[in-house]
Amino acid sequence: MRKINTKTLEDTVYKMALHAGVNLTSSCMRALGEAYEAETNSAAKFALKTICKNAEIANAKQMPVCQDTGMAVVMLEIGQDVFLEGKPLHTAINDGVRRAYKDGYFRKSVCDPITRVNTADNTPATIHTEICNGDKIKITYLPKGFGSENMSRLYMLKPAQGVDGIINSVVETVKLAGSRPCPPVYVGVGIGGSFDTCAYLAKKAITRDIGTHSERADIAEIEKTALEKINALNIGCQGFHGKVTALGVSCEWAPTHIAGLPVAVNIQCHCVRCEKEII
Amino acid sequence: MKSVTLPLSKQDVSELKAGDSVLISGTIMTARDCAHKRIIELLDNKKELPFKLKDAVIYYAGPCPAKPGFASGSCGPTTSARMDSFAPRLLDCGLGAIIGKGEMSQAVREAIVKNKAVYFAAIGGAGALYADAIISNKCIAFDDLLSEAIYKLEVKNFPAVVAYDCYGGSIY
Repeated sequence: MRKINTKTLEDTVYKMALHAGVNLTSSCMRALGEAYEAETNSAAKFALKTICKNAEIANAKQMPVCQDTGMAVVMLEIGQDVFLEGKPLHTAINDGVRRAYKDGYFRKSVCDPITRVNTADNTPATIHTEICNGDKIKITYLPKGFGSENMSRLYMLKPAQGVDGIINSVVETVKLAGSRPCPPVYVGVGIGGSFDTCAYLAKKAITRDIGTHSERADIAEIEKTALEKINALNIGCQGFHGKVTALGVSCEWAPTHIAGLPVAVNIQCHCVRCEKEII
Repeated sequence: MKSVTLPLSKQDVSELKAGDSVLISGTIMTARDCAHKRIIELLDNKKELPFKLKDAVIYYAGPCPAKPGFASGSCGPTTSARMDSFAPRLLDCGLGAIIGKGEMSQAVREAIVKNKAVYFAAIGGAGALYADAIISNKCIAFDDLLSEAIYKLEVKNFPAVVAYDCYGGSIY
């Protein structure tokens, strides 16, 4: 048994949120650089250059890389030998998020879904917890913008639709989104599970480094084929056409029911901001 | 790169073609979902608007708060399609130009042609770069909406691309 005070979690989330707001992930920076080199369409190339320059300015001035500093999505993998003490877990996480959005001069983008009144401090965060082995806590912090979130979809396919159905659903989602989610996008795909776990798997998929592939060869093949088909859509950076519509496709999977094949497609814009820490 | 100074004359608009890269200088007003809803309510009730629509430029954006010593926080464009239902009416009331990102509806494109207006696409996700092009940033209405309030921005050399021109041309 290892005791961890939730104040440690709060302070860790605070630091992760501050860093994530002003920095793209290294795999995103690399993918954007490669996209710029590969692109031949002049308008799309101009947009990619602007995006790379923006990342440099954001880092140099320590200001948000995108004004949509997102809803804070916090995924916790908590070892079952951890004993949490101190204030309640969710309170601690939200306190960390609240402080970071104030101190970082980040935009507060969370509101009541009906009245649209802003909560004014970007809380509550979306918090997912999983219990696993060990005495550590793995924290994944993802500030998620909604221009791309709005373009995400969930399909309940028939088992007979199989791998082709999965790939078609992914490509269709990106095609329907067109210029609106700030392409080039990073596409997270959930395959299997139930309606709810499928969406969570898609979200987990976009926390993977761009360019990594599933350990399952058949699923890695789906990732590669879907990416090729997406980049043949000619949507391009910002919808200005061109070769690079997506920076990557990542799939996470879970066993599902004999009657179904859920597929969730979570779109992430080109501003991939994601932090990982283990305490 | 063409330099464009606001407000735009009809002659200026006629010289802009879809795909042109431009650097915009002048006064623009931010407004997004909630601010648009209130502007439409004011129009419906025949009340005075916080700014004159005639020849105005609306930027679909909600900035971050400015850090001390900075004119503006990060301020890139938001998805324009969410304003599809509002834009034609504002264009008919004299709105001169829109700045946003991504495709808009056919009705918006038609209203742009009809009113000889223009739609500029700013580069989505480049909020810090756009903050650099903002000289001043002042909230002029609906301050209770926080980032969704109307901010009057003075911009200099604000980079954008002509997305829809007054001839029906489109970059998309």
